[in-house]
Amino acid sequence: MQTPFLPHMLESIKAVEASRAERFETEPRRMDADEKTALLQEFHPDYGDNGFDTIKIGANTGEKAPKELVELLHSKSKISDVNINLDNIEFDVDVLIIGGGAAGASAAIEAHNAGQNVMIVTKLRMGDSNSMMAEGGIQAADKENDSPMQHYLDSFGGGHYKNKPELLRRLVMDGPKSIKWLNELGVMFDKHEDGTMWTFPGGGLSRKRLHACADYTGAEITRVLKDEVQNLGIEIAEFTAALELILDEEGKVAGAVLVNMLTGEYLVARAKTVIMATGGAGRMHYHGFPTTNHYGATADGLVMAYRAGCNLLYQDTIQYHPSGAAFPSQLFGALVTEKVRSIGAQLLNIDGEAFVHPLETRDVAASAIIRECGVREKGIATGQGNGVWLDTPLIEMIHGEGKIESAIPGMLRMFLNYGMDLRKTPILVYPSFHYQNGGVEIENDGNTKHIPNLFIAGEAAGGIHGRNRLLGNSMLDVIVFGRLTGQKAAQMAKSTTTGKLFLNHIKTYEGKINEAGVDTGKLSPILLPKYTRDVNEARVV
Amino acid sequence: MQEIANVYFDGKHYQVPADLTIMTAMEYCGYQLKRGCGCRHGFCGACATVYRIVGENRPHFALSCQTKVEDGMYIATLPFFPLNHKIYDISKIKPTDNIMMEFFPEIYACVGCGACTKSCSRSLNVMQYIAYAKRGDLEACAHESFDCVACGICSARCPANISHNLVGLLARRLTGKYITPEAAHNTERVNAISNGEFDKDMDELMAKSVEEIKEMYDNREIEK
Repeated sequence: MQTPFLPHMLESIKAVEASRAERFETEPRRMDADEKTALLQEFHPDYGDNGFDTIKIGANTGEKAPKELVELLHSKSKISDVNINLDNIEFDVDVLIIGGGAAGASAAIEAHNAGQNVMIVTKLRMGDSNSMMAEGGIQAADKENDSPMQHYLDSFGGGHYKNKPELLRRLVMDGPKSIKWLNELGVMFDKHEDGTMWTFPGGGLSRKRLHACADYTGAEITRVLKDEVQNLGIEIAEFTAALELILDEEGKVAGAVLVNMLTGEYLVARAKTVIMATGGAGRMHYHGFPTTNHYGATADGLVMAYRAGCNLLYQDTIQYHPSGAAFPSQLFGALVTEKVRSIGAQLLNIDGEAFVHPLETRDVAASAIIRECGVREKGIATGQGNGVWLDTPLIEMIHGEGKIESAIPGMLRMFLNYGMDLRKTPILVYPSFHYQNGGVEIENDGNTKHIPNLFIAGEAAGGIHGRNRLLGNSMLDVIVFGRLTGQKAAQMAKSTTTGKLFLNHIKTYEGKINEAGVDTGKLSPILLPKYTRDVNEARVV
Repeated sequence: MQEIANVYFDGKHYQVPADLTIMTAMEYCGYQLKRGCGCRHGFCGACATVYRIVGENRPHFALSCQTKVEDGMYIATLPFFPLNHKIYDISKIKPTDNIMMEFFPEIYACVGCGACTKSCSRSLNVMQYIAYAKRGDLEACAHESFDCVACGICSARCPANISHNLVGLLARRLTGKYITPEAAHNTERVNAISNGEFDKDMDELMAKSVEEIKEMYDNREIEK
């Protein structure tokens, strides 16, 4: 196949090749704490004011958030003008789980095993989620030179010391048993002959703590959990989105209004407890970034919970994955797993120079790339902006031939599809919107502060990761807090009596929108991004 | 001048920029996707697609998010293919020689036509992993099928009505749970944590001030 690289890229690749032997011998320098702070202040999108607005209503009034999120929060409900008959109950369950990723599935398994009648609703297919797309791995401190304290220290520092300590403690203490649980369900972790698990280094990790299933870690975990949910006979409503939470007269959560994505039919689900596992917001493209996220990542859970009275935490911090694919255009924004850097690939500028240690934390590495392509003008033009090189051939110089195919087969396949062989030539990357570090604030049991019986699990929850999540802590979080909320929601359901159903909070919230004069004229949650071209633009006068 | 490709969705002719994928070309033509669209990066199998090039006989199979449009493509999406999902309790079944016979007897009706392999959207050797399953080599089946995204195209093509991706999934779960040896370091650590062996150290760490922890973080040793 003809090379897909453009002439100026091929020219730059020569510089990359020329410096490779020397780079093989040396490790790029790590930044000290002051350098990192200065870099973040100047170049990380979180640290500027551009792209942010102030929230004017609700629990976080006066705080900043990405303007696309503020717009959702300042919009009326999709069912604002619809009179839903709350006596016409389609589904009546103990535990309602909104979201079909790994957090929702883990919660469902635990709540079911606790004897409760459980139902999962998901707006696309069961398993369609960011969990499915997590490639690199899952952290757990289960090697001899490692400990939960070390894991805590790495995560707390990585999170800029803002993680809620009790949540972080649970995350790291439950790490090893989460791996065990998954392994016993049949997840195929990468192991040595004797059963010892391969563990890899990663950005901001002081130990090799990343457990993996090649570069399909999230896919492997999610498909096993989905299979288990199906084997347990748990009810699943696919292509069914939640639009709003329902509360009872005491203000406890009591279910949700759902909509069939294909027919538009409204459905009422009554539940004693609700677990919101709706995931992230990548498809909102904060600050104009492309995203590594799933098609459905549109912050629905944040909107529904906020409208019902919950507060958000760290809604102003977004994780840009340092290595989103920057070229070719068909892969723009797609995730190039951090594992590529874990096993030795370096980040290089147009002159083939390693300008940052490849295993700095994600916010630092992303900021360094933004600086390199911006003020330093050392990026490589891609047609959709600039990118830097990720020198993949170095991996096989370090580990020998065959390493790329065995360790990152998904990446190899993804780029080969466009005529690029990671084993022979480097690839171009640029930061891509990967993760919302914050979310609906949770307390120790994964419960919300303001609404009894409402639990949040997975990426929709805020507090565990502070202001920057480490790689492999999200896959761990969905398992630990997915299972925990499943157990707690089941326990709570046993002692709860749900009262009469109400949607009054929607009008109350709408009143605040009107009072503050912030109505956007739009409706939320949006459920799916709109990528459709306006085909009537030239046809309608 | 932007290069243009002529494509057909639902039999209707559209002209689209030639650097789009099938998925983004549909969006360019005005389709708001609700089905047949998932991760958009080739990992979830939601966007199984069949196309034929005008004038050719042979159908091609692909993921619409990972495939560039070509001139003359007649395109139909296949967002779902009904498979026969078997119910089992992974803690009760074992990786026995006849486990596949028990749950997926239809694999023994495989005629070796290779339609599955030819149609695989991920270029996997599907027929080979079914062959491994037939002979009870579950581990080989697990590894050969590992990159499967369960798009279901192979099952749509199979004259023996095999639910290929479910065969691979069962083989992988059995391999992960029973065939690969237990990770002793993991079991030991799980026991140590549940015995409270780290509680005191964790309490001490959490009792420190942020300044003290910062000091520890900035000076911690990083494993090479």
